[in-house]
Amino acid sequence: MMLLACLLVVLGMALTLIRAVRGPTVYDRILAVNVYGTMTVMLIALLGFLAGRPDFLDLALVYALLNFVGTLAALKFFKHGHLGEER
Amino acid sequence: MNLAIDIASWLLLAAGGSLMVVSGLGLVRLPNVFARLHAAGLADTGGSALLLLGMALQAGWSLVTVKLVLIGIFLFFTAPTAGHALAHAALLGGISPDDKGESEDDDEDDSPDGRGG
Amino acid sequence: MFSPRTLSLFAVLYGTWLLLSGIWEPFLMISGAVACLLVVVIAHRMDVIDGEGHPIGLTWRALLYYPWLFWQIVLSNIQVLRLVLHPRLPISPVSGWVAAGQRSSVGLVTFANSITLTPGTMALTVMEDRIHVHALTQGGFDDLVAGEMNRRVCQMEGTGS
Repeated sequence: MMLLACLLVVLGMALTLIRAVRGPTVYDRILAVNVYGTMTVMLIALLGFLAGRPDFLDLALVYALLNFVGTLAALKFFKHGHLGEER
Repeated sequence: MNLAIDIASWLLLAAGGSLMVVSGLGLVRLPNVFARLHAAGLADTGGSALLLLGMALQAGWSLVTVKLVLIGIFLFFTAPTAGHALAHAALLGGISPDDKGESEDDDEDDSPDGRGG
Repeated sequence: MFSPRTLSLFAVLYGTWLLLSGIWEPFLMISGAVACLLVVVIAHRMDVIDGEGHPIGLTWRALLYYPWLFWQIVLSNIQVLRLVLHPRLPISPVSGWVAAGQRSSVGLVTFANSITLTPGTMALTVMEDRIHVHALTQGGFDDLVAGEMNRRVCQMEGTGS
């Protein structure tokens, strides 16, 4: 049953990737990458259960943190053209 | 009792996974950024919550469940923040939220009635 | 330095450390305490331990609000699910301003976050007394304008905070 959930999440990730490749605007791509990241968090957690190694959950937690920061950083970069060095 | 928990967990995992697929489908089918943001919300709230709940039922009362809950809390507070930042950036980036049709230079097989993908 | 807010921040941080590590050795527990203390000291020097950075006192009323919010999230998830799976994709995107009656910024952020969390509605711009909302359907927008969520967030915010 974990396997089925894994496969479903992977299918969702594939669909998300279609949107990331197609665009058309940069916001569509960032949105798609953000959702892709959320699904990756879930996939890592599910894989941890599938492999019987709950340590994977720590990776999922860290990936959730990175995904959030990464989305904001990418948005800020495309909005201002830099990450904040000019004040 | 164990069987009941297993079945409940299986249902939650299947529902969560399906919600992820629907979210991806919405991301492909919906016409513009703002509409797609709502589809992204499906994965961020419903999909993750159901999957985490299903995994928590599998784990039982342990530190694993605590970590799952922490992931859930974290997603619960960051997902809307990222979504709002995206929406606001798209608004400032000159995309009209009232645009009902295609956003400009979208490719043609992306029409609202096509299945997409 | 030793205000209740600082102490509660330390307690939350240390609790998180202990739960995440799950190893009860003296060395790890002491290094955790040191690390948390360091974070609290730095946060204190940065002057970010305030009602916004670490909102205590909101907690018990929040316990009444969040179950209702979860229920709303479930309902709107089902609604968006049906919209996306519908073969003709019957969406009618609208956007407009919704009044927000919260007084504190924490209350306002909670309201905006709640709007964004429920799929189908999305906060675009947040002003002090109103929020620019994008909704997937006219019905979802009308529900927000009716102000049930606004009222409940105000209730959660209470008079004290």
